[in-house]
Amino acid sequence: MTGIAFDEMGEGDRLRPAYAAIAEWLRHTPQADLAAKRAEAEVLFRRVGITFAVYGEGGDPERLIPFDIIPRILGRSEWDGLSAGLSQRVRALNAFLADVYGRQEILRAGKIPERLVNGNEQFRPEMRDFLPPGGIYTHIAGIDVVRTAPDQFYVLEDNARTPSGVSYMLENREATMRLFPRLLARHRVAPVNRYPEELLATLKAAAPERAGPNPTVAILTPGSYNSAYYEHCFLADEMGVEVLEGADLCVEDDIVHMRTTAGPKRVDVLYRRIDDDYLDPKVFRPDSMLGVPGLIAAYKAGNVALCNAPGCGIADDKAIYPYVPEMIRFYLGEEPRLDNVPTWLCEQEDHRAYVLDHLHELVVKLAQGSGGYGMMIGPHATQAERAEFSARIRARPQDYIAQPTLALSTVPTLVDQGIAPRHVDLRPFVLSTRDEVRIVPGGLTRVALREGSLVVNSSQGGGTKDTWVLERDPPAGEGRSHTQGQTQGQTQSQGQTQGQGQGGAAC
Amino acid sequence: MLSRTAESLFWLGRYTERAANVARGLAVASRMASLTDELNAENDQWRPLLVAAGCEPAFFEHHGEATEEKVVDFLVRDPANLSGIIPCFSAARHNGRSVRTALTVDMWSALSDSWTRLRHVTPADYQGEKLPGFLEWVRERVLLFNGAAMDTMLRGEAWMFVQLGTALERADNTARLLDVRHDLLSATAQGSTVQHGQCQAVLQSVSALRAYHWTYRERLDPARVAEFLILRPEMPRSLAACYDRVVEVLELIASVQGGRKGECHRMAGEAQAALRFGRIEDILTSGLHAYLTQAIDGVTALGGEIEAFYIRA
Repeated sequence: MTGIAFDEMGEGDRLRPAYAAIAEWLRHTPQADLAAKRAEAEVLFRRVGITFAVYGEGGDPERLIPFDIIPRILGRSEWDGLSAGLSQRVRALNAFLADVYGRQEILRAGKIPERLVNGNEQFRPEMRDFLPPGGIYTHIAGIDVVRTAPDQFYVLEDNARTPSGVSYMLENREATMRLFPRLLARHRVAPVNRYPEELLATLKAAAPERAGPNPTVAILTPGSYNSAYYEHCFLADEMGVEVLEGADLCVEDDIVHMRTTAGPKRVDVLYRRIDDDYLDPKVFRPDSMLGVPGLIAAYKAGNVALCNAPGCGIADDKAIYPYVPEMIRFYLGEEPRLDNVPTWLCEQEDHRAYVLDHLHELVVKLAQGSGGYGMMIGPHATQAERAEFSARIRARPQDYIAQPTLALSTVPTLVDQGIAPRHVDLRPFVLSTRDEVRIVPGGLTRVALREGSLVVNSSQGGGTKDTWVLERDPPAGEGRSHTQGQTQGQTQSQGQTQGQGQGGAAC
Repeated sequence: MLSRTAESLFWLGRYTERAANVARGLAVASRMASLTDELNAENDQWRPLLVAAGCEPAFFEHHGEATEEKVVDFLVRDPANLSGIIPCFSAARHNGRSVRTALTVDMWSALSDSWTRLRHVTPADYQGEKLPGFLEWVRERVLLFNGAAMDTMLRGEAWMFVQLGTALERADNTARLLDVRHDLLSATAQGSTVQHGQCQAVLQSVSALRAYHWTYRERLDPARVAEFLILRPEMPRSLAACYDRVVEVLELIASVQGGRKGECHRMAGEAQAALRFGRIEDILTSGLHAYLTQAIDGVTALGGEIEAFYIRA
């Protein structure tokens, strides 16, 4: 795939302006120096303890997600277009959630097949006819975006439940600032470090009204064995709030308290990073040891806010995904600014026939899978794997969707053999309140480190990159013009030196 | 503060202190074992160490004989011994990790870097000639951790619970160390090489041999050694000093909580008063072993009351 994919840096005459300084830096930095910086980065990450916990697979349970030191860069106007599209999409997802748990207008209008919603495992009947405080369901959404050409972005997947990875966006930038302060200063990169503040504002805005202007916010984590536990603690620390486990909370008379050394203290907003199923053993899975008995009753009594709301899974379900453009038209009366990847639903007979005929060129995914598991990339699959998926699709067609194999864009990446293009995606984080949608410029760039691989998931050997959004677009035209500008600057200072009579010809 | 956080910090303080105390005990035993035959013939060095660490029964469940190599391995690495150095660090780091946000970066680094190295330690790194260097390193890592806490931690409840755990564990350790050698310390026969060696061992295991000389300016005397480690408040590892610290910290916690107090405050105050006004002659007359047994039980009971009041309430 790499050969025909769009490379975001480009080279020679096709060097893209945003990367001009990076290309120059890569040309002038010896390989050994880059390798040394990479080693330094690993020490930094190990030291702050930003690890991704993988238990039960043997090996080191606390792994580092590889950090690639070469940044990925987006120009201002590229970002602005993307950001407007993301904001539009998340507004539509929230409107959809309010609708399907309310009057279900979109189903009555026949825009989405009714059984895809009401018969969906992700649909939570418990949420029917209940409006969360502020009317927002997915306060924090992570939208996975891929790119195939300078102006062609696609939304690959919506994550409306408990998207993770934002700590990497922040820590990657910290690492870049430590490793390459001068390179960073040569660009004007929009800062990402306001994210925790924005997140706290978003969570506070979700509080029940009676909580007053200073609600008590806390993060609810499944605990230290969860793969994203570091992130839960990191965000709590950055916001100055407690990170709670289920056992730290108790519910009495529909009011949620946390157990403190000074006795019980009331909690108003929970940024919960526990899946719906485990939230409350009284309502969802009765065997859950992670949740809080009575939490949902307290939520429905309006005494505590849950972010994101239970039931958001219906909005990011892969079977619903093909209808997001329709949602945007239906709720917002706008044309979608970001494209969906064309998707075939194996459940539909004509789609299924097409998929089975074209397995060698399609990506087949589980409709409700995540993490890159249960997925087949047709062009990379063996005959046997294709045969196996063919059988699985025939047996349970409703479980599978298929998409064309996109030539994901590439970004230069430091690998063992040197610098080479590797495929990337991008997960920006979208924060929603009743009044506004906020997106910190940037996101998590994931990179498939193996040559030709399209799977960027950290659980499948993916790495991450710092994502730079330039505050201003670089000067139009070729990368070279930027370099010329600098040369002129140098000439000017030479002239000054010469004026003072101290020959500067050798400079 | 969240009760679970307080619990983790309290045990973080206890486990780091325990790891250092085990290392101190081992260092002294290894030193004594290398001294005169007379000393070792009378009383081998390794069994008392197991008693002091409170893990003698567990050891003999797995091993028939307390040889140096077996005891060292049991006290350093063996996962069956939760009070061993590596298991203590592992537990300390686990507690630290679950309250990562309550620790400063310096404390976390001290803890995490130690653990990263300990994970890869093999017997070849701590047996035989390597033992003293390894134990020195352990002691230094805990000193670094304590120093990081002292120098960087906000003086809030988090700091207080770490201090509480450290002080309580230290009191427990001092009482146990003395108790192991109570026979020799309360014996009337003066001046034997063995007794002198034992006094030295006790003082060295709490890094207090020189402090003793500065305080008493006379030869090692068992009654003075007992007084020094039980009643002298200026000796930072004495029971009196540990209880002063426990009471001080409990008062601090009460004051940030608007004066809220419970049984643990009364209990700690009572023990502190007894230590402040007690006389070593009375303690020795009524029996050092009985006194120390009661002291060890007292620390356990106080720990239980602290948890009952702040953590399990």
